[in-house]
Amino acid sequence: MELLTPDLGLIFWQLVVFGLLFFVLAKFAWKPIIASLHEREESIESALALAAKTREEMAELKAGNEKLLVEARAERDGILKAAKEASDKMISDAKAEAQKAASAEIEKARVAFEQEKASAVASIRKETAALSLEIAEKILRNQLADRSAQEKLVTDLLSDAKLN
Amino acid sequence: MRKLYFSNIVAFLFLFATSVFAQSEHHSATSATADSTVAVHGVEATAEHAPGAEAHAEGKVDLGHMIMHHIADDHKWEFAHGIGVHLPVIAYTKDGVKVFSSSKLEDEHGNPVAYEGLILEHGKLHAEDGSHVLDLSITKNVASLLVSAVLLLLIFISVGNAYKERGTKAPKGLQSWLEPIIIFIRDEVVKNSIGEKHYRRFLPYLLTLFFFIWINNLLGLLPGGANVTGNIAVTLVLSVLTLLITNLNGKSTYWGHIFAMPGVPKWLLVILTPVEIIGVFTKPVSLMIRLFANITAGHIIMLSFIGLIFILKIWMVTPVISAFAVFMNIIELLVAFLQAFIFTLLTASYIGSAVEEHHHDDHH
Repeated sequence: MELLTPDLGLIFWQLVVFGLLFFVLAKFAWKPIIASLHEREESIESALALAAKTREEMAELKAGNEKLLVEARAERDGILKAAKEASDKMISDAKAEAQKAASAEIEKARVAFEQEKASAVASIRKETAALSLEIAEKILRNQLADRSAQEKLVTDLLSDAKLN
Repeated sequence: MRKLYFSNIVAFLFLFATSVFAQSEHHSATSATADSTVAVHGVEATAEHAPGAEAHAEGKVDLGHMIMHHIADDHKWEFAHGIGVHLPVIAYTKDGVKVFSSSKLEDEHGNPVAYEGLILEHGKLHAEDGSHVLDLSITKNVASLLVSAVLLLLIFISVGNAYKERGTKAPKGLQSWLEPIIIFIRDEVVKNSIGEKHYRRFLPYLLTLFFFIWINNLLGLLPGGANVTGNIAVTLVLSVLTLLITNLNGKSTYWGHIFAMPGVPKWLLVILTPVEIIGVFTKPVSLMIRLFANITAGHIIMLSFIGLIFILKIWMVTPVISAFAVFMNIIELLVAFLQAFIFTLLTASYIGSAVEEHHHDDHH
């Protein structure tokens, strides 16, 4: 039974020692420890929250940048395309115009050439007729220089007329 | 909770083997020492019985007596056989307060002698004329209690100062060693059991309680250490404090569950209410006995193993028994923490049930 019988003396000392221990520790140990731990946890938590927020902002910023980049790229492509189209059109227009001008020039030249040719042919024809007349006149003048030849001719002509 | 009993089961198995061994040699052994010890716990009873029985029969090494002497309180602190200090006796008698050294109460052979009308009988102080004596001596347990208190103050005030100085900076040294334990008690034990709303109020007490029990358990494991947390007076005070704190903080929900359990037919309350009222007291009583029995059992096991060497008197068994003793000591280190944890956890959960403001409207 000895083990199970609590001693009054020890009960007294345990109460005194444990009680004092509690009050002293509560004031000088637990109070700063609990407060400090709480404070540290809060500061860590707020730091973590801040980090998370910053990360989010960074991500947002990056996403914004990417969007901008994509837009810029699209715009550049658009501009390039438009420029290419414009230059292509310019070139083709220029080509068409040049062709048109060239063919017009050629036509003009051809028309001029035809005219020249026609006038040349006409003048040759005129020259040839005059020359033939001159030659015929000279030949006739030569052949009818004497009187007999003239008479013969008239005779010939008259005979031909008779036959008709 | 299951882990709690593991060491007891292991201890019981070992001691069961020991007791069988002892009884095979001494069939008729019945021990007077064992009879004087109350079987609070299966382990203790077995532990007490086996070596004590054997010793008594041989009449040479009275191991039972030795063990009882070691786990009981004393007016002197014996670190090893013959080496010790006499502690002061403080007695409140009918003639007033008397203070003197306990060395006056024994002669050179260690037999008790009377001094100023006071004499020690089985380690208890009595007046020769039979009048009432209040013994407030600094006994071995009180001295150990004071040592533990000084240690706790030194450790935690220095840690507290470290927190004050370092503010929100990372912990360092002793501070960083104790911080996880403090946080564990705060978060896993106190906050979990009592709840976010009330836990702050009880945290300082529960931290003191945990570290007080732990350090006293550990001091008890040191060679020559006292058996403070294995003393029923100490566990009695701690559990009475739990009882008081729990019931003084009891809210209406708590009392409602005791006197008029919601959702139970009226006629059943005639049975249930007395059971609940008994329950108010059995909870702290179980705390008291659990701590006392576990720590005392641990001491008895250790002493029994060592005592076996002297009983068997075969030097060959020494390494085997030493190995057992070392193994048990490691288990006891675990038990030292576990018992402090369990006591704190249960106290916190009792307080938690008392301050809980939960409405069982759905049960009506």
